[in-house]
Amino acid sequence: MTATGYSPGRTLPLRVEFVRQFRRRRTMVMFALLAALPWILVIAFQFGPNNNNGGSGLRISDLATEGGLNFAAFALSVSASFLLMVAVALFCGDTVASEANWSSLRYLLAAPIPRDRLLRQKLIVALTYSAAAVTVVPVMAVLAGTITFGWNDVRVPGTGEVIAAVDVLPKFGIVILYAMVTNLVVASLAFLLSVSTDSPLGAVGGAVGLVIVSTILQAVEALGGLREFLPTFWNTAWLDALAPVPDYSGMIKGSAVAVTYAAVLLALAFRRFRRKDVVS
Amino acid sequence: MTFPGGRRGLAVLAAVLVAVAAIAWLAWPSDGPPQGEDVVIPVVDGPADDQKVLIDASYFPPEGGGRAPAVLLGHGFGGSKNSVRDQAGQLAEQGYAVLTWSARGFGRSTGEIALNSPDYEVKDVKQLIDWLAAKPDVLLDAAGDPRVGMAGGSYGGAIALMTAAHDPRVDAIAPSITWYDLADALFPEASGAGPATGVFKKMWAGIFFSAGGSGLNPASQADGLARLLGGSSAQPAPTEITPEQAQCGRFLPAICTVYQQIAATGKATPEAIDLLRKSSPVSVQGKIKIPSLIIQGQRDSLFPLGHADLNAKAIAATGAPVEVAWIAGGHDGGDGETDFVFDQTLSWFDTYLKKTGAATGQAFTVSRDGGRDPGTRQNVLLHAEGTSYAGLGGTVTTQLDLLGPDQEVATPPGGSPAAISSVPGLGGLLGGGGGGSSAGASLDLPGQVATFETRPLDTALTVTGSPTAEIKVYGAGEVTLFAKLYDAASGQLAVLPGGLAAPLRVTASAAGTPVKVALPAIDRRIEPGHVLRLSVTTTDMAYALPAQPSVHTVGLGSTTLTMPVDAGLVAPPSGPAWWTWAFPLASIIAAAVILLTGRPRRADIAPDAALAEVPLAITGLTKRYKNGHKAVDDLSFRVEKGQVLGLLGPNGAGKTTTMRMMMGLIHPDAGEIRIFGAKVVPGAPVLSRLGSFVEGPGFLPHLSGRANLELYWQATGRPAADAHMEEALEIAGLGAAVERATRTYSQGMRQRLAIAQAMLGLPDLLVLDEPTNGLDPPQIAEMRRVLRSYATEGRTVIVSSHLLGEVEQTCSHAVVMHRGRLVSAGTVADLLKRGDLNGSTRLEDVFLDLIGEKA
Repeated sequence: MTATGYSPGRTLPLRVEFVRQFRRRRTMVMFALLAALPWILVIAFQFGPNNNNGGSGLRISDLATEGGLNFAAFALSVSASFLLMVAVALFCGDTVASEANWSSLRYLLAAPIPRDRLLRQKLIVALTYSAAAVTVVPVMAVLAGTITFGWNDVRVPGTGEVIAAVDVLPKFGIVILYAMVTNLVVASLAFLLSVSTDSPLGAVGGAVGLVIVSTILQAVEALGGLREFLPTFWNTAWLDALAPVPDYSGMIKGSAVAVTYAAVLLALAFRRFRRKDVVS
Repeated sequence: MTFPGGRRGLAVLAAVLVAVAAIAWLAWPSDGPPQGEDVVIPVVDGPADDQKVLIDASYFPPEGGGRAPAVLLGHGFGGSKNSVRDQAGQLAEQGYAVLTWSARGFGRSTGEIALNSPDYEVKDVKQLIDWLAAKPDVLLDAAGDPRVGMAGGSYGGAIALMTAAHDPRVDAIAPSITWYDLADALFPEASGAGPATGVFKKMWAGIFFSAGGSGLNPASQADGLARLLGGSSAQPAPTEITPEQAQCGRFLPAICTVYQQIAATGKATPEAIDLLRKSSPVSVQGKIKIPSLIIQGQRDSLFPLGHADLNAKAIAATGAPVEVAWIAGGHDGGDGETDFVFDQTLSWFDTYLKKTGAATGQAFTVSRDGGRDPGTRQNVLLHAEGTSYAGLGGTVTTQLDLLGPDQEVATPPGGSPAAISSVPGLGGLLGGGGGGSSAGASLDLPGQVATFETRPLDTALTVTGSPTAEIKVYGAGEVTLFAKLYDAASGQLAVLPGGLAAPLRVTASAAGTPVKVALPAIDRRIEPGHVLRLSVTTTDMAYALPAQPSVHTVGLGSTTLTMPVDAGLVAPPSGPAWWTWAFPLASIIAAAVILLTGRPRRADIAPDAALAEVPLAITGLTKRYKNGHKAVDDLSFRVEKGQVLGLLGPNGAGKTTTMRMMMGLIHPDAGEIRIFGAKVVPGAPVLSRLGSFVEGPGFLPHLSGRANLELYWQATGRPAADAHMEEALEIAGLGAAVERATRTYSQGMRQRLAIAQAMLGLPDLLVLDEPTNGLDPPQIAEMRRVLRSYATEGRTVIVSSHLLGEVEQTCSHAVVMHRGRLVSAGTVADLLKRGDLNGSTRLEDVFLDLIGEKA
């Protein structure tokens, strides 16, 4: 019935999809930018006037030059809210829409790669690239910060308390993991838009747009407790993991909200793609 | 009614309408709380009942009509009835008749401040109750006896307690952050010696006193102070202020005289103590016998938790129901928990005035630091609850060992510089922003402080109540000391809970005078690894200090530090909220439903064995696009092995749509396509025998031609050897260009590469859409040759075209389509024969004839 050697379970191996995506300029530029950001920040700190305003109200930016880990926390705090989110939206929003845009999608489907499998493989690859993007910034920031400012214990914003570096390192792992989980919402929305449109820009922009709207709504105090369920509300909860007494309740809530949105959005993406007439 | 986009448009419209309605409903301006009606109530008071005073009051009738219980809502010191207007409105909305008033000497009320004296303010309020009894919408227990409760903070709380003692008509009270003994509040002494030897709390006393004059001179009324004490007064300054008024503000002269005396000496005279106690619940012990909700603040160096403790115990001794709540804030700032206090007060009155609500059974509530809300970055509070109030000694105690040598402490001349524990009137300044945290930073000065520490704690300890310790003071003469208990950890600033210090006045002796110190009552969790540090200093900025310098030695009288613990207090579950597991679970179930209901049915796609050798069989195929256009209409034809079939038709005939359906890209509305007997559905495995090129090439522009083909073949998951890659590349004929990125290719190069891709693996059925578009004449000729030879080996080729010459020269068979329908099917030779009848054997003429557009 089928051509010799064909088996649906062997179509579009992950390795192939990784190569297909990796050689793209978009991927390279994004990773170069993410890896360069900590170095740009290091240079900026070297140039800037040293306004050590000490005393009360130590902000995370005041402490960035304390050491490698402090610098990494700062780099993550400035990039997590927007840059990483754009990177995730790019990897997940572009993946199917760009194939449709290039017309290569129809040949993959007629190969045939079963639709669910195509989507699954693409999702795994896109999420892996997203996770790598989220990891690159803090890891590179630890490296850049340690080379420039030394390997010192962490000083906590606000109180200026000191925590031993070795105690903080595993917490950094949790922070990175949490950053990945919170970005699941953006990833899954971008992915849903990606299967719904032939325009990669539309998918990426749509997901970023949602984040912007959510961030704006978050500032409307009149919404009260409803804001807890906005997809971006808990995005900064990882700061609690770096406190002297870590508090994970916010991160648990943030993860719950992220998983809730992501599961439904991804399911919708698969359902939509199954039923879709591919006319691109 | 039709919308662009049909059902989908309707759904979008409905969603938008619902969203707009929801926003309008949320944003619709509400009426706002009732404003109340202003009334002036004349009263007569004074020891001899001969002083006429006009009380400026506001009456808020109960919402909902009928007779309702009444609530008298008092204001804080320095405030007026306007300070509690909002709460009064809210209570009225909850169905209470609410009366707020400016106490005598405040706001627009006349008279002088007598500090809630039974002869003055209490008599005034009794007459306010008379006034309430005459209102038609106030519920009466008996003629002249309204059902009435009293609530208020600080000064307003004390009048509730004092009136409850003197007027049996009051049915329930909910005083907050107020005093039990005003003398003790201003002259505290932590060893229990009483106000006669107490240390004068000069800063609070000064603020208290100056706030009483604020009505005379608004310019002197510092905004922050007035706010702390319960709101600002809008009274305009009289044109002339007498020297006496300037000195005493609106205080009763007798009180003013006493204040000037104690403020000058820093010592409490018996007259002063007598006068202050007359205005204090301590003087009416056993007389308050009604349900009382006592709310006190944990950040309150003016009326610390001990005052609530004594009030609660005195009232509970009469058998009346009492509940105690320790809120986070207080006179020193912090979170005043306005909403919590309002809710507690309301439920208290619902239980004991309306008698509708059931008592919570939680006799003791403590607000605790609940960490920071990660979303808002604000501190949040938890409310730990217990079924009984254990007092400041706790239900159990934990003994810790204190360590430290005897240390010399110096009293500086003039009492300066002085240590800081809290700064009255500037609450929260030292506490790092205050918020909900009961933590405070403070400053001790070297040379003035003796410190004793416990060992680091092995387990966490939550202290609730007043810790006790014993020190010894060596030397000669009288010394003023301040004992504080810090929560300290290495690498962190030591925290003085609540910013509270316990003042002591000790007569030292050479052998050492032992002093039992009751440290300030607190509620705090001490983390493992932290130590408790007892500091004994000679100075504190908030208190009156001796002017003479001296040096004393402070040591431990006992190494035991006794920490009270309330085992009955249960913090609400601080675990994750229910939705943190319920939402993801529900979402995953919803996702599963979405996926499972969307599965295509597999029942009717069994292969048809009879057609196993037929490359393509189309029956009744119909496709209607969403815009209503019928692209393919009941199309049926068959293609046999070895044929080169031309699919002919003008633009828009449905050729491409048919080919897309063959590839499983588009779902047909009716009919079916079978390839070698297997029904075509999206991703059907039989498609692996189909090679296709439809509507232009599709390559990854950043990859070379060869990489594109190789990755495409790898994506099919089939063995590399089956690809016949080199043959395909030969057909593409790109030469060295095959190593360049495809975005640099010309239209013809891409076209050839795409046809090569379709031929990868030498599929049994090859479907090509307009294959010769963009090719130059030699390439077209070559392509024709390739296609004809491809079919000779038992393979089948379908070529769509609108170029008739193309079909005529390449194809053995032809299917003519027009407007989605089949017009003719058969060999090209048969088609040309039909032309004979009409006089022209040119395919073009036959074709135009078939589609009915013959020129």
